[in-house]
Amino acid sequence: MITCGRYIRSILYLLLLISVQFGPHAVEGVWPLPQAFTSSPERYPVNSQDFYFVYGRQSAAQQGCSVLDTAFKRYFSLIFPDHNSADGVLGFSKRKLFIAEISVDHGDCEGYPNEDSSERCNTGLETFSQLVYQDDFGSYFVNKTEIDDFPRFQFRGILLDTSRHFLPVQAILKTLDAMAYSKFNVFHWHIVDDPSFPYQSSTFPDLSSKGAFHPMTHIYTQSDVRRVISYARLWGIRVLPEFDSPGHTTSWGKGQPGLLTPCYKGGTPSGTFGPVNPALPSTYRFMARLFKEVSSVFPDSYVHLGGDEVDFHCWRSNPDVRVFMQKMGFGGDFTKLEAFYIENIVNITSALNKTSIVWQDVFDYHERRTSLSVVEVWRAGCYLCEVRRVVKAGLRVILASPWYLDQPGPTHNWARYYTVWPLAFKGSEEQKKLVIGGEVCMWGEYVDATNLTPRLWPRASAVAERLWSDEKQTSSVDKAFPRLQDFRCKLLRRGIQAEPLYVGHCKHEYQGI
Amino acid sequence: MITTVRWTVLLLALGFCRGLKHNYIDDYEVVEVEEDWDLVFQPSEHGSLWPLPQKVQISDVSFKLMSSSFRIVDAKQSSAGPSCSLLQDAYRRYYEYMFGSAKRQQLYKSRRTGPTELTELQVWITSPDSECDGYPSVTSVESYELSVDQPFAVLKAPTVWGALHGLETFSQLVYEDEYGTKSINSTQINDFPRFAHRGILLDTSRHFLPVKVILANLETMAMNKINVFHWHIVDDPSFPYLSRTFPQLSRQGAYHPYTHVYTPADVKMVIEWARLRGIRVIPEFDTPGHTQSWGKGQADLLTPCYSGAKPSGTFGPVNPILNTTYDFMKLFFGEISTVFPDAYVHLGGDEVDFTCWKSNPDIQKFMEQQGFGDDYSKLESFYIQKLLEIVTATKKGYMIWQEVFDNGVKLKSDTVVHVWIGGGSNDEMSRVTAAGYTTILSAPWYLDYISYAQDWQKYYKVEPLNFNGTEAQKKLVIGGEACLWGEYVDATNLTPRLWPRASAVAERLWSAKDVTDINDAFNRLSMHRCRMVDRGIPAEPLFSSFCPREYKGI
Repeated sequence: MITCGRYIRSILYLLLLISVQFGPHAVEGVWPLPQAFTSSPERYPVNSQDFYFVYGRQSAAQQGCSVLDTAFKRYFSLIFPDHNSADGVLGFSKRKLFIAEISVDHGDCEGYPNEDSSERCNTGLETFSQLVYQDDFGSYFVNKTEIDDFPRFQFRGILLDTSRHFLPVQAILKTLDAMAYSKFNVFHWHIVDDPSFPYQSSTFPDLSSKGAFHPMTHIYTQSDVRRVISYARLWGIRVLPEFDSPGHTTSWGKGQPGLLTPCYKGGTPSGTFGPVNPALPSTYRFMARLFKEVSSVFPDSYVHLGGDEVDFHCWRSNPDVRVFMQKMGFGGDFTKLEAFYIENIVNITSALNKTSIVWQDVFDYHERRTSLSVVEVWRAGCYLCEVRRVVKAGLRVILASPWYLDQPGPTHNWARYYTVWPLAFKGSEEQKKLVIGGEVCMWGEYVDATNLTPRLWPRASAVAERLWSDEKQTSSVDKAFPRLQDFRCKLLRRGIQAEPLYVGHCKHEYQGI
Repeated sequence: MITTVRWTVLLLALGFCRGLKHNYIDDYEVVEVEEDWDLVFQPSEHGSLWPLPQKVQISDVSFKLMSSSFRIVDAKQSSAGPSCSLLQDAYRRYYEYMFGSAKRQQLYKSRRTGPTELTELQVWITSPDSECDGYPSVTSVESYELSVDQPFAVLKAPTVWGALHGLETFSQLVYEDEYGTKSINSTQINDFPRFAHRGILLDTSRHFLPVKVILANLETMAMNKINVFHWHIVDDPSFPYLSRTFPQLSRQGAYHPYTHVYTPADVKMVIEWARLRGIRVIPEFDTPGHTQSWGKGQADLLTPCYSGAKPSGTFGPVNPILNTTYDFMKLFFGEISTVFPDAYVHLGGDEVDFTCWKSNPDIQKFMEQQGFGDDYSKLESFYIQKLLEIVTATKKGYMIWQEVFDNGVKLKSDTVVHVWIGGGSNDEMSRVTAAGYTTILSAPWYLDYISYAQDWQKYYKVEPLNFNGTEAQKKLVIGGEACLWGEYVDATNLTPRLWPRASAVAERLWSAKDVTDINDAFNRLSMHRCRMVDRGIPAEPLFSSFCPREYKGI
């Protein structure tokens, strides 16, 4: 029986109890480690011919619940990777029915996952699927197990960068699969940046027709975006779009003349452009229309506004910007200009009922911090010092600094990402609650579809356990290592090209190239 | 690998942007290459040629290639005819690289016809012996001359090995114009390799690599004119080689006796696949160290280690004091010499740990008898000496890692010494060549070490002959190898980790010494990597950019 609500109780309920045998299988092979579970050596055979998912009588969701019906189908194939529907039932074995009964507290099946409901049945089914194992004869078993599980942090994200290299939709969907296996629940889509603008906007089609690497082959159409969102929803994963401004916008300028600040050299425009021009009213009209579209395309109640690494050289060189500074009384302080700009963008998105997330730079420069709500900490160094500053200001935090996975292993190995303690700073309980989670960042300078998956997995899984599991139970790298190796082989079995942690082998190796 | 190569020199707006996003992390290991950020993509005058041929002249005159009419054929005068399946196979392969396989072809008749169409590439093998049915060797002639002009293009090569390289070069000259038409410019090329031994080491012991992965990488080696596959087939962790003489070696020593082994048929397939691409397969059976997995299937082969006066239950290197060891080796290398046709076999000999030998009382006694004193490197030499005699009797030449030379083992004059220890490798090259041995270099090309940013530049900037020595000494350097050790590498990440980083090594070993312009290399390599992607190889990107056709094999 798998019960899902704010908490998941997953008890394996059997209609027929069968003979007890001692299996050699280590049942603690669930990744990320559940909060509480007990298991016994008592094991039950699970036969694909006689296995059913059913809805509990008390369940708020019943047959027809799209999320769960899809999940049953997906997990059946994950649990029985060599299931062949043509297989007959073996004559000499007695038929033993195995029923996995699913009950949920809330019946919101057609809705979109939000920060409160992210603990969905998918995660319970995932755990169950990891409990089922095959013995040497290929028979499936599950040990008698009781699990009570919930995530430590509600925001467990992965950032993919589709601007520095274009990632085909297929690569994104594959990543979403792997995310679900590690119980990640937020796909942070860093969709545009300096190098290219692959998002095809219906309001401003020139942005991608002029700003993408290629206007036909290297874009995400509206239906691509919808496909990603609905695919993610069925896994219980939110899609958080990032439209980073005012910096990191070179590609925007190609399709939207007048948006970027013309840089000056001496007294004349140099022909190059800087960040978004914050001095023009047209900028804010454009942004209001763009974010109106974005907020209707992306159902998540959050939107990431970026705001990082703004270079002031160009603003400083531009006489119109300087006049504007004077008019606004900013003096020579360009951080005030940036704060002014972000303030306006935040207001635009608030009016659209979206909560905004910004990179820490905005918090560092911003004087009137009350308009901010969630800050993503990314800079290296003493990142917990920054986390502390942010929560002291009463704002929520997402931590990314220690989890820049675009750094390749083995020097940046999984243990380095595992031994991160996000709450190891001085602060009250209330303040610690403001740390809502963390995020793996996979920036795209050196990453595209050729190497994304092995660079991401299984190292991101190390982060997943840190964000999901109880810290005390998962503080040992040595204890985690064999479980993670085991989990990596499970990923391979499921077709995820997860790279090895060290010398060794998996029963089923990756068969692609 | 059945995709089309369409080259769009005109359209190829590869965007390389500075984009330093979030790279301020203090512990980023940025390679010591400051120019990193200054590389801006611009089409090279040499297009996408990689490695750069010795002599190239490309004119502005261009010809069109039609998939419906273009053919690669044997020249009338050629010493290889339709019976040379190696070439026929290569013609089809390169036709498919250029135009896609038959089912993908758009069979349209172009309305634009005329004298600017090139309809034929004639391949002319000039030596009386084309070597079509032979195996490539270190003395193979790999040169070729390519003339692309009206009425047909001619590829002249003394042997099939040069012709294979010429076909690759021809396919690299073909590009796609903005209407999607395949074109090639009138070109004269005279090409030959700078070094005869251009290798890649793959390690199938630390992780098992499915045969398919090996074949795909042989395919990619050919695209880079790499001509040696150094197969580090067994080592401590596992013994996947299925020996007909000693089947228990893999039955006990492989990760799995059926799913994680190379059967004789697998090995044969790898060797033939490599031969068809002009690649030698040099197997390495490393002893006396790195042999833990051998011990599982061959009792008494390894030295029992002692803890105090008792055997500890663990085992060390091969036991050099037993006659049975040499009986075993005689039979084993007898088999190897028939299975692997190459004239060389790599005998390893690296990193022998003496602790176990030191602990074993029988070995101590033997040391005394032989008068070796406490010098265990003498014992190692004793073993290697005997092994070399065994291998010599099988009519094979041998390669060994540098320690064997360092320890003063008596070597045959045609031994190839493999220099791998980083730091001081130039001095080592001096010493080895001063002693008159041929040598190959790997020390700067350990590709399993990875760092953030564009480390291909580091590999590219290596000059293998940059050591103190006479001209005669430098002639003894026959090449180099990129090594991809397997601790952290298996089928999931091998291909993108190897390519295009190994391509940098490939150009260093093929092209002239003065080909060092890093900007030009960046431009050509960017396009070369997209070509590999287009041919179905997941070669990773150099930097922020795009390929006209991205990798689809997810």
